[in-house]
Amino acid sequence: MNKIFNGDNNFQIITLFSGLLILTIVIGIFITLFVNSYEVLHTFGLDFIIGTDWNPVTQEFNAFPFLLGTLLTSFIALFIAFPISLSIAIFLGELSKDGMLNTLINGAVELLAGIPSIIYGFWGLFVLTPLVRELQLLIDIPPYGVGIFTASIVLSIMIIPYAASLSREVISMSPNEIKEAGYALGATRFEVIKSIILPFSGSGIIAGVLLALGRALGETMAVTMVIGNSHIIPDNIFSPGNTMASLIANEFTEATEEIYLSSLIAIGLVLLIVTAIVNVTGKYIIKKFIPNMN
Amino acid sequence: MDKKLKHRKIKDNIFTAVIVIITMLSTVPLVLILYYLAKMGISSISWEFFVNLPSPPGEIGGGISNAIVGTIILIGLAMIISIPPGILLGIYLAEAKYSKFIGLVRFSVEILQATPSIVIGIIAYLWIVTTLGGFSAISGSIALGLMMFPLVAKSTEETLKMVPNSIKEASFALGVPYYKTILKVVLPTGLSGIINGILLAVARVTGETAPLLFTAFGNPFMSTDITKPINSLPLLIFNYAGSPYKEWHELAWGASFVLVIMVLLFNISAKTIAKKWKIKY
Repeated sequence: MNKIFNGDNNFQIITLFSGLLILTIVIGIFITLFVNSYEVLHTFGLDFIIGTDWNPVTQEFNAFPFLLGTLLTSFIALFIAFPISLSIAIFLGELSKDGMLNTLINGAVELLAGIPSIIYGFWGLFVLTPLVRELQLLIDIPPYGVGIFTASIVLSIMIIPYAASLSREVISMSPNEIKEAGYALGATRFEVIKSIILPFSGSGIIAGVLLALGRALGETMAVTMVIGNSHIIPDNIFSPGNTMASLIANEFTEATEEIYLSSLIAIGLVLLIVTAIVNVTGKYIIKKFIPNMN
Repeated sequence: MDKKLKHRKIKDNIFTAVIVIITMLSTVPLVLILYYLAKMGISSISWEFFVNLPSPPGEIGGGISNAIVGTIILIGLAMIISIPPGILLGIYLAEAKYSKFIGLVRFSVEILQATPSIVIGIIAYLWIVTTLGGFSAISGSIALGLMMFPLVAKSTEETLKMVPNSIKEASFALGVPYYKTILKVVLPTGLSGIINGILLAVARVTGETAPLLFTAFGNPFMSTDITKPINSLPLLIFNYAGSPYKEWHELAWGASFVLVIMVLLFNISAKTIAKKWKIKY
């Protein structure tokens, strides 16, 4: 056996065991999900992903409306959160690097990251939903209140801290010499940020966006409470919809037939694969392009 | 020339103003959330709120004692399950020489950390609930423990990597065996960082609902039996927020307030420990 440490064997084996444990857990997760969803993937094949009908009564299980719901809410949330978190990152990383305002905003962002998702959902349901309903009455569409739009707003608030904190870190890491060279040439602050800081921190900002996206894709509770839980493909962003995670949360304990349960587990597998790819890509970018990180 | 300079200056000012305004506006949701929590939450909190069981709809004076006890049991068990292997894994990641295997282990840590909490719930259901034949507190704790495991390992690894080599070498030079150097020199040096990481992981899972939906399941009565379904604060909020009863909504607001305070306390103590015990080399 190759020595992992330069030392005692027993201790080496115990710590090695913890490595084996996590490896086994992760492989076990994939195998368990795959075995339990095999029946559905076998019965419906590709239709499971591209089919549009979900009806437990007629035993029709296709996941497309929920895949669409997950992608729609996550990307709308990202679209809203990106400019906001980039502004926060520029503010904290460059405009106001220390002082009271920095501490205050920084604290607010950290607090936002710490609030449990169930609280966001509860707040969204009781405070945001009535507001959205008013807006819908104003522009003359059915006033559901809950729906894709409301879920996206709640999600965007939740992911702002994730995108902002990594971007802030890379922005504050941009080298002073080059920034000062820019100023020495007579550049304004806007020009320094635009042509020096942002290109320098581009990969970090993208990584932050991917990590925020990973969080949005997997988010369950906040979305479940405000999305309306409809099995039909939404026809506009104000319609009620459903995401993969909230479908599982709502129907898992109701699924009595084996094929029903198996479909929900298959959706869990799809969700895991999508979030894992997004997260691993984000981490890869951090490792590859931001060597000073960590 | 002068005109162009003016133009650039105006652009610069507009840019700064936009950034500042957006940043200020971004705090509005936080203020709104905290405002509603305080407004709706504090009014439903009283002594009875902490010691009574939830009341049936229509009756006032119910409390959330079962959810508080349940949350403490779930978190406590999750800590017992996840901290020892988490710390060991952290040591392994920090100390082991590079190999293909450790690359795989690192990758597993990342995947488990990225796994959506609802999927963790499915796994705990398939592994534990179907084996034991019913919803139980222990299955909920295992779900939460699975989420804490990579978090504890990661923070332990990062802390241990910051412990300077000179300390380790001094210990080796005195003839101390490797495992004793790790356990009695390196670990104590990094203790504050490890505790900080544990507290952050606890803060993270205290608010988790999704992994408990089909494991701990919830329970309207007081239960301390870990083989039976158990209630928790997030589960209570979810169940009562979706109910049509006004009294239950008030209970849910009160529980939300308590939950946020709990999570905040974990976060603040993590920060305080990190600051106070920070060892400077």
